[in-house]
Amino acid sequence: MKLKLKVWRQKSANDKGYFEEHMVTANEHMSFLEMIDVLNEELISQKKDPVAFEHDCREGICGTCNMVINGRPHGPSKGTTVCQLHMRVFNDGDTIVIEPWRAKSFPIIKDLVVDRSAFDRIIQAGGYISVNTGQAPDGNAIPIEQAVAADAFDSAACIGCGACVAACPNASAMLFTSAKVNHLNSLPQGKTEATIRVQKMVAQMDLEGFGNCSNTGACEVECPKEISIANIAAMNRDYFSSMVGSEESV
Amino acid sequence: MKWITKLFTSSIGKKLVMSLTGIFLILFLIVHLVGNLQLLSNDGGESFNIYAKFMTSNPLIKTVSYGLYLFIVLHTIQGIVLLLQNRSAKKSRYAVKTNQNASWASRNMGPLGIIIFVFIVIHMVQFWFKMKTGALDMVEYAGQDAVNDLYTPVYEAFKNIYFVIFYVVSMLVIAFHLNHGFQSAFQSLGLNHKKYTPFIKSLGKIYSILVPLGFAIIPVWFYFFK
Repeated sequence: MKLKLKVWRQKSANDKGYFEEHMVTANEHMSFLEMIDVLNEELISQKKDPVAFEHDCREGICGTCNMVINGRPHGPSKGTTVCQLHMRVFNDGDTIVIEPWRAKSFPIIKDLVVDRSAFDRIIQAGGYISVNTGQAPDGNAIPIEQAVAADAFDSAACIGCGACVAACPNASAMLFTSAKVNHLNSLPQGKTEATIRVQKMVAQMDLEGFGNCSNTGACEVECPKEISIANIAAMNRDYFSSMVGSEESV
Repeated sequence: MKWITKLFTSSIGKKLVMSLTGIFLILFLIVHLVGNLQLLSNDGGESFNIYAKFMTSNPLIKTVSYGLYLFIVLHTIQGIVLLLQNRSAKKSRYAVKTNQNASWASRNMGPLGIIIFVFIVIHMVQFWFKMKTGALDMVEYAGQDAVNDLYTPVYEAFKNIYFVIFYVVSMLVIAFHLNHGFQSAFQSLGLNHKKYTPFIKSLGKIYSILVPLGFAIIPVWFYFFK
């Protein structure tokens, strides 16, 4: 299949970016990333600068491959990352527009690569639990109700890719932050810091300059792990009760 | 008391203000509509004028109305602050626009809200201000003290086709604003539950159609049938 690509090129953070057009021949069994690999092989053989993009596991669990394809983070398929997006969802002769995540808090490093360390700092602020070091604890030592474990797992499925921020018209990081807060706050292991965790992570999220949530729901539609915005409501509850009911304060 | 400032300046706290003031305005609209529907009764405005007198003289309702003015202003200012912050958090936009992942109304709450605020200002100058400054003629009904004749300026306005169009379009804007705003207010409060959220969402959709429709029917009825 022959495709016309319009790829975002940008030399550095402060450089003004532009779209570059390329024709590429792919086959429908390729993943989207493999199709870009083909493009880059060609660019390299022509002694041109290949398109910079992030990728790692290529099996949909690391959250590294980030690009907005035809206006949609991770492309048109539901619940998939770019590496799991296959060329068979496109048609021969299609024009595909590829852009980086766009958000003030995710500055572009080069081409399609953005700096997502704002997410790391939100995790550093409170996305951890306190455990004793030493021998690994018995997996079944702490009883957890099945429904609680299942909900916590749904939240924990977040791979921190940033598609929620990319999809949000306000570049809000509420879905990411709330998934992380909920995952830890709902489990016994996370209860120790539960009250202060939500305050710390929300404070860091605000500090990073992400927008405010206006409940458009675009994030949960584009999330490759289909994290629900019920997480956001749960974080709002935790936040209010922590601010009003707790003596602890960040 | 530092925690209060911190709460209300945080991103979640700012949405809390939008949510609470929004729910108050949602409730207010029902009261307002019930009052307005009296315009449709065929008594030359008697029941409407007596109702208007009651609404502007009852001390409890007067107190609540000051809260209402405050909440409208608060909801507007906070909404503009959020709009500006959100715009700056997303400085550059995508070349390919897609509206597949969120409703049009939810993406345009700010602009819709600004149009509604302009409508409210015009609305207040046209009716409320006249009522408050005593610029209206007095009219007497059997067994009542003289009351302001608010019915006549309403009647005149609703006989003007341009005003009727402006009014109906404004109600359409309010319908879109409510369509997203109703359920959004509950989500911001943290009220999202598998049992109740589907009900809240359906109620919101019905409310956002019926209430603006109820308001819009009145000028149309006046223009064609009164």
